[in-house]
Amino acid sequence: METRTHIPVAKDYLKDSVLLNESVDLPSDVEKVLRFVRREKVKYPVVFVGTGSSGLISGAGETLDQVKRYLGDRDIKAEVVETGSTGYCTMEPVMEVQMPGKTRVAFRQVTGDKVPFLLDGVFNNMIPDVQVLGQHRNPSLEVWKDVPFIDELPFFSIQLRNLLRNWGRISPLSIEEYIATGGYRSYLKTIRSYTHDEVCDIVERSGLQGRGGGGFLTGKKWKVAHTVIADQRYLLCNADESDPGGFANRAMIESDPHRLIEGVMIAAYAIGTSKAFIYIRNDYNTAISRLEEAIRQARDYGLLGHDVFGSGFNIEIAVRKGPGAFVCGEETAMISSIEGKRGMPRPKPPYPAVSGLFGKPTVVNNVETLSNVPAIFENGPDWFRSIGSESARGTKVLVLSGRIVNQGIIEVPLGTVVKDIIFGAGEGIPGKKGFKAIQIGGPSGGFLTGENIDTPYDFESLEAEGVYMGSGGMVVLDEGCCIIDTVRYFMDFIQKESCGKCIPCREGTRRMLEVYENITRRPVDENGHTTLERFKGVMQLESLAEVIRDTSLCGLGQKAPNPVISSLRYFRNDYEEHIFDRKCSAGVCKELRLFRIDVDKCTGCTVCAPKCPVSAIIGTRHHPFFIVEDKCTGCGICYDVCKFSAISVI
Amino acid sequence: MDGKTNDILRKYPKGSRDSLIPILQDIQDQDGYLSEQALVEVGRYLDLPSGKIYGLATFYNQFRFGPPGQHHVCLCHGTSCHVTGAGDVRKELEKKLRIKPGETTRDGKFSFELSACMGACHLSPLIRVNGRYHTGVKPGDVKEIMDSYIEGGEE
Ligand SMILES: Cc1cc2nc3c(=O)[nH]c(=O)nc-3n(C[C@H](O)[C@H](O)[C@H](O)COP(=O)(O)O)c2cc1C
Ligand code: SF4
Repeated sequence: METRTHIPVAKDYLKDSVLLNESVDLPSDVEKVLRFVRREKVKYPVVFVGTGSSGLISGAGETLDQVKRYLGDRDIKAEVVETGSTGYCTMEPVMEVQMPGKTRVAFRQVTGDKVPFLLDGVFNNMIPDVQVLGQHRNPSLEVWKDVPFIDELPFFSIQLRNLLRNWGRISPLSIEEYIATGGYRSYLKTIRSYTHDEVCDIVERSGLQGRGGGGFLTGKKWKVAHTVIADQRYLLCNADESDPGGFANRAMIESDPHRLIEGVMIAAYAIGTSKAFIYIRNDYNTAISRLEEAIRQARDYGLLGHDVFGSGFNIEIAVRKGPGAFVCGEETAMISSIEGKRGMPRPKPPYPAVSGLFGKPTVVNNVETLSNVPAIFENGPDWFRSIGSESARGTKVLVLSGRIVNQGIIEVPLGTVVKDIIFGAGEGIPGKKGFKAIQIGGPSGGFLTGENIDTPYDFESLEAEGVYMGSGGMVVLDEGCCIIDTVRYFMDFIQKESCGKCIPCREGTRRMLEVYENITRRPVDENGHTTLERFKGVMQLESLAEVIRDTSLCGLGQKAPNPVISSLRYFRNDYEEHIFDRKCSAGVCKELRLFRIDVDKCTGCTVCAPKCPVSAIIGTRHHPFFIVEDKCTGCGICYDVCKFSAISVI
Repeated sequence: MDGKTNDILRKYPKGSRDSLIPILQDIQDQDGYLSEQALVEVGRYLDLPSGKIYGLATFYNQFRFGPPGQHHVCLCHGTSCHVTGAGDVRKELEKKLRIKPGETTRDGKFSFELSACMGACHLSPLIRVNGRYHTGVKPGDVKEIMDSYIEGGEE
């Protein structure tokens, strides 16, 4: 076994012949070398294992060990490469094999124990068809018979992979491979031949909008920061991404960190700063270590540091670990956090682009926004404008999760119809239950239902449906999920994460949570004012939502009522069912359930009665028992312990 | 411990306010939590009242003020995990361990924490115990998983 840790090209060769070569097309002899670096041509078999976070949690570490053991035991001359994630989480761990002269073929759900069987097959020129995912297209190589092409699978066929094009293909820890796919050439072109203003102009012309949720024109933001007169400016890359269900930014760093770093460097040049920070949540160990390694490599190549490639441009990138608070994703809160204070938002204006970190002009940009930048300079702003819809240019990275067949991360042109995403790339809903809704944008977002699922996915179209795009999370709910419970969950999250500066946000969201807790629980007694409170609470939801939205300082509070408003709009029936019938037909709100004992099935075994925490079950041995409805709290313990399935939910 | 905290402080010679969070992170990485003494020392070094530092540290989810349990149980509670039943798993964990998120059992064996998203929604609901993952966890599995750590002792 041979593990190629060093690419067979010298650093100086890559620097002189590739990075410093300003022509669009590289000479053919250089291209030939790069094809080897990209492993389009291989002399020995290569085994690739995807080791992003989702792969590692699925067991890719064990897969990798088994591959190495297999090759070592048999003394096979082959190379083992760790790549990023393919994005197709359901299929993790993914292992790919490239044999000399043949196309690269991918296998799905390759846990450690499957490795010997699969490798036995491939090395003997035979593809075991049980676990094959597909083969990559490469016209110069011989194809495997009866193996589908990866780009024809529904999960991939709808995608347009610009940002994710290296995902699962190259090693995220190899700057050489990134350079061989065209990397860092845009950056050097920019700092050597464009002025700061030109860079801002090009990005503005491309129509790139911030992907952190706001959708502000990135080029415009840069211009503001660049025109303010100051002795120091800062660039902050927002990689905090703490909303539940969002992990696209993190995965982008794990699978292609150099793309982000190149974007950060171009942005830093555009606004004329030498100091950039990447603020990433401290829990994301894999992403942080890959990012730090990538920065180290870039410095080693002289791409970072003092007087980069003799251009006179200085740049330093520092990684700051966010100590974990959702609100620190908000730009001014993040600035406070870096300054060593509590991460509390402050009023805008002044906008950070005018007065931000340490009072200096500061541009805050999302990971995905910055990762888009290198390709804009590689292919030109008009290329970027040609992708997406009239109102929103470019692509968007989305996370598909929840009750959907294909879960994972995809990239589609903005303006793609949501239905095509869910039923195309996602291949619909598993099991027999029907589609209910799709939740977009996490705790600041809203729902789309069967009626408006053909909305195009872009800022304006979604906003018209009352949904805020947020960071790109898409959670699919089927009929086994309860909308009220989902909203309660978001309220619980927001209420905990509110920084507490504004009373409407701090107290209002808590009050909203109480309302939801009240309607997902059976009232203790029907008299008193608890019943009245329930109704009053729900009637107040709308006005409460309005007050919170209008009087909160930052986006967290302003957008907190979004799931409430959106669910009231589309799921009034569910509310009525919970309030009037005290029922949750999805069976999720446990405390609303009522149990009944089937007299024909109950043998009077007495197992359930002593287990009931509120003594709601009465009866005598060998005769059917009975549940006192008024006492029952719906905990379901009796349901679980009954051996005769005599207890059912009404 | 004194000496070790000093080693960390020495890495930040400027002693400016913006090094406060990285210092606290380093101390927690080393000791597992922020002790009262460490907070006082950091305060002296940065010339800040230790109450202020405590106020800052409590704002963030990362910092803890007591040692973590021998087995640190972390339940993913993202949206996807929630709709696939993490709420029930959480209740079951609370019942089994008799602690709420953020707490440590009295015998110091277990501590429990919620995570907003671990980034493996396709395996939800999921629990991480000291770096080992249990995926597709059902409420009924909780007892068995936790028992395996009680019996297994040191991990
Ligand atoms: C509560 C809250 C959380 C946010 N979280 C994030 C986040 O995790 N990542 C992000 O890029 N932007 C987040 N934002 C948006 C940022 O404030 C900011 O608008 C964004 O980083 C700007 O970058 P862009 O122009 O590239 O989109 C959040 C905003 C709010 C109000
Ligand atoms: S809206 Fe909420 S999170 Fe934002 S500043 Fe006010 S209290 Fe803090």
